Amino acid sequence: MSAPAALVLEDGRIFRGSSYGATGTALGEAVFATGMTGYQETITDPSYAHQLVVQTAPHIGNTGVNSEDAESRRIWVAGYIVRDAARRPSNWRSERSLDDELVEQGIVGIQGVDTRAITRHLREHKTMRAGIFSGEAAQATDKELVDAVLASAPMEGSRLAEEVSVDEAYVVEPKDHGWEGDPRFTIAAIDLGIKAMTPVRFAERGVRVHVLPATATLADVKAVNPDGFFMSNGPGDPATADAQVKLLRSVLDEKLPYFGICFGNQILGRALGFGTYKLRYGHRGINQPVMDRRTGKVEITSQNHGFAVDAPLDGATQAPEERYGRVEVSHVSLNDDVVEGLACLDIPAFSVQYHPEAAAGPHDAAYLFDRFIELMEGTRDGRTANLSKEPVDAAHPAQADNTGAGPATPKNSDNKTEDKK
Amino acid sequence: MPKRTDLKSVLVIGSGPIVIGQAAEFDYSGTQALRVLKEEGLRVILVNSNPATIMTDPEFADATYIEPITPEVVEKIIAKERPDAVLPTLGGQTALNTAIALDKNGVLEKYNVELIGANIAAIELGEDREKFKGVVERCGAESARSHIIHTMDEALKAAEDLGYPMVVRPSFTMGGLGSGLAYNEDDLRRIVGQGLQYSPTSEVLLEESILGWKEYELEMMRDKNDNVVVVCSIENFDPVGVHTGDSITVAPALTLTDREYQRLRDISIAVIREVGVDTGGCNIQFAIDPATGRVVVIEMNPRVSRSSALASKATGFAIAKIATKLSLGYTLDEIPNDITQKTPASFEPTLDYVVVKVPRFAFEKFPAADNTLTTTMKSVGEAMAMGRNFTEALQKALRSLEQKGSQLDFSSVPEWEVPELIEKAKRPTTERLHQVQRALLGGASVEDLFEATKIDPWFLDQLQLLNEISREIRQAGALTADMLKRAKRHGFSDEQIGALTHNSEAVVRGVRQALGIRPVYKTVDTCAAEFAAYTPYHYSAYDEEDEVALHSKPSILILGSGPNRIGQGIEFDYSCVHASMALRKAGYETVMVNCNPETVSTDYDISTRLYFEPLTLEDVLEVIAAEERTGGVMGVFVQLGGQTPLKLAQQLADAGVPILGTSPEAIDLAEHRGAFSRVLDKAGLISPKNGTAVSFEDAKKIADEIGYPVLVRPSYVLGGRGMEIVYDEPNLSRYIANATEITPDHPVLIDRFLEDAVEIDVDALFDGTDMYLGGIMEHIEEAGIHSGDSACVLPPITLGTNVLERVRTATRAIAEGVGVRGLINIQFALASDVLYVLEANPRASRTVPFVSKATGVQMAKAAALIGTGVTIGQLRSAYKMLPEVGDGSTLPLDAPVSVKEAVLPFSRFRTLEGKVVDSLLGPEMRSTGEVMGIDKHFDTAFAKSQAAANNALPTEGKIFVSVANRDKRSVIMGVKRLSDLGFEIVSTGGTADVLRRNGIQATPVRKVAEGSSAEGEGTIADLVIAGEIDMVFNTPSGGEARSDGYELRAAATSIGIPCITTVAEFNAAVQAIEAMRTYEWSVTSLQEHAASLAESQKAALQRA
Repeated sequence: MSAPAALVLEDGRIFRGSSYGATGTALGEAVFATGMTGYQETITDPSYAHQLVVQTAPHIGNTGVNSEDAESRRIWVAGYIVRDAARRPSNWRSERSLDDELVEQGIVGIQGVDTRAITRHLREHKTMRAGIFSGEAAQATDKELVDAVLASAPMEGSRLAEEVSVDEAYVVEPKDHGWEGDPRFTIAAIDLGIKAMTPVRFAERGVRVHVLPATATLADVKAVNPDGFFMSNGPGDPATADAQVKLLRSVLDEKLPYFGICFGNQILGRALGFGTYKLRYGHRGINQPVMDRRTGKVEITSQNHGFAVDAPLDGATQAPEERYGRVEVSHVSLNDDVVEGLACLDIPAFSVQYHPEAAAGPHDAAYLFDRFIELMEGTRDGRTANLSKEPVDAAHPAQADNTGAGPATPKNSDNKTEDKK
Repeated sequence: MPKRTDLKSVLVIGSGPIVIGQAAEFDYSGTQALRVLKEEGLRVILVNSNPATIMTDPEFADATYIEPITPEVVEKIIAKERPDAVLPTLGGQTALNTAIALDKNGVLEKYNVELIGANIAAIELGEDREKFKGVVERCGAESARSHIIHTMDEALKAAEDLGYPMVVRPSFTMGGLGSGLAYNEDDLRRIVGQGLQYSPTSEVLLEESILGWKEYELEMMRDKNDNVVVVCSIENFDPVGVHTGDSITVAPALTLTDREYQRLRDISIAVIREVGVDTGGCNIQFAIDPATGRVVVIEMNPRVSRSSALASKATGFAIAKIATKLSLGYTLDEIPNDITQKTPASFEPTLDYVVVKVPRFAFEKFPAADNTLTTTMKSVGEAMAMGRNFTEALQKALRSLEQKGSQLDFSSVPEWEVPELIEKAKRPTTERLHQVQRALLGGASVEDLFEATKIDPWFLDQLQLLNEISREIRQAGALTADMLKRAKRHGFSDEQIGALTHNSEAVVRGVRQALGIRPVYKTVDTCAAEFAAYTPYHYSAYDEEDEVALHSKPSILILGSGPNRIGQGIEFDYSCVHASMALRKAGYETVMVNCNPETVSTDYDISTRLYFEPLTLEDVLEVIAAEERTGGVMGVFVQLGGQTPLKLAQQLADAGVPILGTSPEAIDLAEHRGAFSRVLDKAGLISPKNGTAVSFEDAKKIADEIGYPVLVRPSYVLGGRGMEIVYDEPNLSRYIANATEITPDHPVLIDRFLEDAVEIDVDALFDGTDMYLGGIMEHIEEAGIHSGDSACVLPPITLGTNVLERVRTATRAIAEGVGVRGLINIQFALASDVLYVLEANPRASRTVPFVSKATGVQMAKAAALIGTGVTIGQLRSAYKMLPEVGDGSTLPLDAPVSVKEAVLPFSRFRTLEGKVVDSLLGPEMRSTGEVMGIDKHFDTAFAKSQAAANNALPTEGKIFVSVANRDKRSVIMGVKRLSDLGFEIVSTGGTADVLRRNGIQATPVRKVAEGSSAEGEGTIADLVIAGEIDMVFNTPSGGEARSDGYELRAAATSIGIPCITTVAEFNAAVQAIEAMRTYEWSVTSLQEHAASLAESQKAALQRA
């Protein structure tokens, strides 16, 4: 049996279990993730930086760890909370055990705790700061443990993108990902915590991706002579991303087509003049239903966000930053009506809050990469410079027939509004 | 988009009788469908021949037809009811095949009926193996290499390409009937030969062996807007080679990375789109090569299936209900998730627990059958359990099986046994899990067993973990808190811990509870706690936080019947569900405890709360404790779920739990022979002479005293387990030596066997003062054939008023003498006009649903209310649950006649030589289900029951007759009649001589024992196999004729023609055949029957 360990929440609730991975102390924001597969992708997703991730799936580590599935160069979760850790991995691609990997990368975890109780607690009392203490660190008194947690930095107001971003730019080439022939487009992608699968999804479609650090300037962007501009997912509070908002505005002013994912969605929201707010407990899972309002179709999406854009849900509205024209909420969460996507109608820019690159998660939303390519094509050919000429009516059968249905009524506003600033 | 407005009425096709491969899960899905259709305001028409279903309760449809599910009969229903649409995707393969036939023969077009839920093109793409291969290819995925063949020559040619072993699967059969693995040419000839017969299209698929690959299944839903969700992934513990219905299965899949899982998901979505299932569910099965990850698509079912029911219970996502809504035009995002209420059904459930399903087999009923598990499903039921990890769920599931030896055995394994266990584990049988676990316990490595079985090393390691914990328990020295916590966390029962620590179960429980180590109850919520759940669907786990909400009223617990098995099936679930419905309606909070995922009772909205738990004393006591601490318990019903809860009655009462209805003391009175004979004496009733033996000497003495033949059986059994008619002393000696475990605690009961007696079954209600006699059933087969396997008729057709009155008086006297409060079932035998009491069961019986359907009175509901103190008088007057006057013994003469017929699974079971097992009926029950035929007169009702049981009687052709000497006299009239009706009579030996002397032209054929002639003239068995005989009538006799008879019956069973083995049934069949040739069948709904019955009762009342 491994050493005793404790998960300590800032409100004083303590769950006792045993140590998993490295021994020591881990501080961060406790969040739960509901995916039943994809733990390796989860722990290596930079968006989880400074978070202690509770896996709701009870068995973790069953398929070990391999060198193909990691979404970045290292494990980013600050701490890891599981119920039943695998004793032995079993999979033909497995190279080593998750336990060993956590130890090697110094990630402190806890196992044997009631992960469902923790999840319910976080759901009812919102995400909060927490600490995992194992080995000697767990010997402290309850008060000392809670004090240690209270002394840690909250997620709100945290600026983390620069911390997880690469220092040096690099290029992902289409030919390395099954694309035959010359690249169709080149884009500049700002790494705010980018997942490895994102540039791959572009490259597979013939798009050369210049991945640039979070600190890149407009000059850096222009230097790669891009057909389009992309901002990735990433950790931290979007309200702190002033530098990126400024960069995006300057890019939009250049009429360069833009696509953003997750953090990139929040930055577009802010660039357009909307606010962002923190969700009570966020969306973290790979089963999240989102309505694409352009087609009326539901996609099951991979999500990992604790913040969201505060924009009017229905119809086209004028962006508060008026020079960007009209904008509409293109995608919405069917669980709680949170804004899951924005589409500008007068400039070539759109973004989604969720993860079309999947990894982990379903591939339902992969069409968004194609949509961006069409946008770049349209801009290059001078056909359209925005998304408003999309065949909205034809693709909107659901709404056209739904006479008198009126605006969608918010269903589960708990998660959405409680902490709205 | 809202639902379609052009549909006003829908015909739902049910799945018919419970058979292996198509069981109670289709009552669960069908019942959900009917509820949805009614809620949506449609006129609902149902056809299902199975009376033991909730869906055939008259209140679930506007017109309920308990009629044979054949294209001809369904056409009559369509012609009469003129529905706008037919929904065939919730009634299993039976419904789907019927719908295809109705489409092919133009009936749907003729009556302008639309097929909803699936279209013919999609069904054919999904089910036709060759077309489906094309689908898979177009989706960029792979199928196993294969050949479709229609003849034996083609099969042999294909074998040259594929090599052995090779999988053989006939097309369009259910539950994998006729499938098998051919290891060599002999196997191939045999399996293909049968497969060509089983397949309605004479089509068989041969394919490369993917034996030993990992097997997975995805449950999918798709709506008309092309939204697709995966409801559940299921992983088979047993690798490819064992039918998924016979495999231990686990949800969610536990040994796939996200990339591999998403690959399966992508393929599934592509396939469902390509096949074109556009408003409903389907499942897709995959195999994955454990060494390389190569994915092969095995098959799909374009309908709601057995796995859908499992997936629904496993996730809380109501597949059948949602599939029905989709078929009406709703889209997934328009349908709310019942459990969270706030989120839509257009999402994918995520689990924070592990679900394990284990099959329950009945090989003990078929001693001649080979217990190798193959691609033909053989299990008769299943148990499911949930836990917060695999080990907890597995151990709970195993104890849910409630079968001797089902739990893992941690007693030490001698080293020498290990190689033997590994060797045995190579062949998949019902014992494999135990062999694997014990080999590991004995020191074998995970690698050794992976090599032998291909069971994934992760699962093997989990068994290893259980073994390690068993050692820790043994070595702990005392019942320490740490040890107990760890043991409970991995599913060890108090009993298992007791066995490992040499303590009694009670001591372990006492210490455990004193240490405060108690299970908590978690909630199945579809979303891993991301949203609040509003449905109290619970499972236990040894974890930190309990989620049972406080309740304001004390609850009433109903203990279910556990996994379906022969002798205790859906009929008992029916009574449990009825009780819950009646009690809720009366304002009580009901709590269902059950572990059978196939059933209606485990649907989360049948009771106020559902606990998906094993039905052992420990698990039930903990549920009661949870209910006690959250609001109190009013009492527990143990009399509805069959023997499973009944045997807990005394222990629950000892633990201070109030038992509602009949008391444990009264139960004991009926079960204990001595006490029961005193009840009979007091009432002036007699039972056949009998005695109780604890040794062979005892048994011999008793048998000599009462005279042979005697009926011998172990005490406390259901379904006639181990029961046998013994004609002489050597056989008695053999029975005692082989068949039973005989000890003072487990005595053998010996009864005089009444030959040529008419058996009578009665279900009644008693409240302490008044009796309501639900129905009197006359068995068609004579006493000696288990009542569950015998056809019976209600009202009785050959019993005089005087007999009925004697039955009535006796029933009342017994109910009163035993002290029944609720239901009682009594079996009588009438021999030489003497009424004998065979046995009394103070509980809901197998026939309660049949009686309820036949008489229009819902007895289990009434029984539940009696358990709360309501009187029969009140049920008649205030509750209107029972008729104001009269009862089931006073049915008017023009009341419809209902025939119940048993459905038997012989064709599923093979001997080691590959022949089907013998189909002779006996005192041991072997039927899996039942059908009902209802009509004005017995002859047509019987004919309908036979057609419904997939045993349609011929109206012309050749009938083979060969009967034992004692029967020759009594068959002449019937055979003569058939001959006069134009049938050709074929016969052998002595029977042929007798027939000819009676002026019946009987064509002689060779006996099996005679073998083929030099000229190549085949035996009767050859003629049967060649399809030249339309019905076999063979009564068994001893000696050579017996084995001759076996070959003949085996031949008839394997090609599926009626095979009658008793004179009584033959006579009924002759009447039925004549009626079939004379009258055209008409169809009448239960509602119409009830209306006309009420009218004639009213008329009778006015006359009186």
